[in-house]
Amino acid sequence: MSMLVLEDVHTHYGKIEALHGVSVEVNKGEIVSLIGANGAGKTTLLMTVCGMPQASSGRIILEGRDITNEPTAQIMRSGLAIVPEGRRIFSGLTVEENLHMGGFFTSKSEIRKNQAHVYELFPRLKEREHQRAGTMSGGEQQMLAIGRALMSNPHMIILDEPSLGLAPLIIKQIFEIIGHLRDEGITVFLVEQNAHQALHLADRGYVLETGKIRLHDTGKNLLENPDVQNAYLGG
Amino acid sequence: MAANNMRHALFCAIVTLIISFPILGLSLEAKGVNITLSGAKTSTYVAIVLAAVAVFVFQTFRDTFMGALGKLPNFNPLAGREPMEQTKRVKLESWLLTGIVVFALFWPFLVSRGSVDLATLVLIYIMLALGLNVVVGLAGLLDLGYVAFYAVGAYTFALLSQYTGISFWMALPIGALLAGLTGMILGFPVLRLRGDYLAIVTLGFGEIIRILLNNWTTLTGGPNGIGGIPEPTLFGMEFGRRVKEEGNTSFHETFGIAYSGEHKVIFLYLIALVLAVITALIIRRFMRMPVGRAWEALREDEIAARSLGLSRTAVKLSAFTIGAFFAGFAGTVFASKQGFISPESFVFLESAIILAIVVLGGMGSQLGVILAAIAVTILPELAREFSEYRMLIFGAAMVLMMVWRPQGLLPVRRIQITLNKQG
Ligand SMILES: Nc1ncnc2c1ncn2[C@@H]1O[C@H](COP(=O)(O)OP(=O)(O)O)[C@@H](O)[C@H]1O
Ligand SMILES: [Mg+2]
Repeated sequence: MSMLVLEDVHTHYGKIEALHGVSVEVNKGEIVSLIGANGAGKTTLLMTVCGMPQASSGRIILEGRDITNEPTAQIMRSGLAIVPEGRRIFSGLTVEENLHMGGFFTSKSEIRKNQAHVYELFPRLKEREHQRAGTMSGGEQQMLAIGRALMSNPHMIILDEPSLGLAPLIIKQIFEIIGHLRDEGITVFLVEQNAHQALHLADRGYVLETGKIRLHDTGKNLLENPDVQNAYLGG
Repeated sequence: MAANNMRHALFCAIVTLIISFPILGLSLEAKGVNITLSGAKTSTYVAIVLAAVAVFVFQTFRDTFMGALGKLPNFNPLAGREPMEQTKRVKLESWLLTGIVVFALFWPFLVSRGSVDLATLVLIYIMLALGLNVVVGLAGLLDLGYVAFYAVGAYTFALLSQYTGISFWMALPIGALLAGLTGMILGFPVLRLRGDYLAIVTLGFGEIIRILLNNWTTLTGGPNGIGGIPEPTLFGMEFGRRVKEEGNTSFHETFGIAYSGEHKVIFLYLIALVLAVITALIIRRFMRMPVGRAWEALREDEIAARSLGLSRTAVKLSAFTIGAFFAGFAGTVFASKQGFISPESFVFLESAIILAIVVLGGMGSQLGVILAAIAVTILPELAREFSEYRMLIFGAAMVLMMVWRPQGLLPVRRIQITLNKQG
């Protein structure tokens, strides 16, 4: 029942190794959180799943299919979607056009249906439908990034620090939506520095330190783990 | 900071000296079998030193100059104005474009033959610039060898007419398709390069194609070019005094009017006009289609676009191929208009002019590109005594544009795409 499996994955930037043999498993219907300090390699891990950069050794299995050596375009068209670090919305395009880009490989009727669904989740986006995405607030842009990822009917969604730089009230809203996505049956793989909220929400969690998995356990146990409390939850 | 500036300025001045001295100050002279190196006139040396001093002064006070240039927008009456509402602007641009086309339809009957001939050239540049606009303005790929595809279109027609006697109307799609195919083949290996590397490689391609045309004498006639390229016909009617092709009739005899050389010029102009309008409409269509948004998305954020499953190569290649296709289109018209082509018509300067039009026109805006094409082609004709300084003026204009109005004369106005609400 696993959605995504990473087996002993190594990733290099040029000659520098950023992931030193990482193994992670995400089961269908779960929320799994990955926490770790700045520079631990969290973004690298997520991007390796997407094939940019590709793993230099190890295996990545998505829904039973070996995607280790597949090109990014192919991986991202097969039920996986990412909300990248720093949102990366298309700031010159309108909100609606951004959403349509997310549904690039689906039919017109699917786009219409998914767009309505995204507006239901984020009524704010509906209000800003014809506005240039770059003129919106950080929170609205993050909502758009999540909405855009949902446009492709993903089975699994990967989020890279969706709470970064946002106000507490917005963060709360975003985490609520993430919980809601799981209830809709979408598997969630969440990277956060905001460890407390991320572990609270998660079924299971992993702790990444300098390119290696240090710990993995249920979200609840990790929250109570003294090492985790010292390092990531402010003691 | 100041010391740093001085050092930098001194360095630039020395580089100026090192570069300009051998180029301007020395020349090789052949005296019989011997080649001697001789110096230039004293005035040239003075000019070189003055240039170096000018570079030094400019670099020293560079920040002040550039700061002052940056303040120029304050003098621009339009600078502080609120941008017009998008739907309004789309409507306004459509009306303006329609107005221009209607005017352009009647205009040739009112002016001299020379003006119509020049206007045909303007239309060819408009086609070229609209095509390059897809590559540079929309997809963000800096192509400095665009003229290569123009050459492919022109030579396709010239060669086919020479060897098979093909007509203009047959050659038009073939030339465009072959140019598009060339774009696809050349684009495939290079489009993974980014920015400056792509610019350099495409520049190389442009030159390679020109050199190939120049040296493959047996096929292309080399520098002598190819002549006798037929003019377009209208339903089998020719516009010359005598009918050249068997089976054709002549225009003036069919209609029982006196022969006039003007008929041909106006006819060519009208063909170029129709083809330019078709080019603009097709490209507008592309811009509204998903592929058009994919060009923009990839230009704006490559990682985001790829993470949505877009294939970088496929998206870039589509823009490159479509751009090349329209260059071939324009090339066929050009060959037919000139009746004679040689590699000299396809030098790097042409690529630079077309690029200048796209940049001046505001990278992406069609109306802007059309106005810029008119300005860039006609101004040098109006001020003939300055024509030697054409590139200098272009260069200065482009630098000023980058500082003063980086978005172009008429910045790109994005066409907004909405799905019809009901399925
Ligand atoms: N594009 C890159 N090129 C080279 N090194 C990189 C690149 N991206 C990240 N790194 C390095 O890889 C390590 C992990 O970075 P990253 O995955 O961004 O960490 P995190 O997301 O946990 O903050 C860091 O040492 C970083 O400097
Ligand atoms: Mg990161």
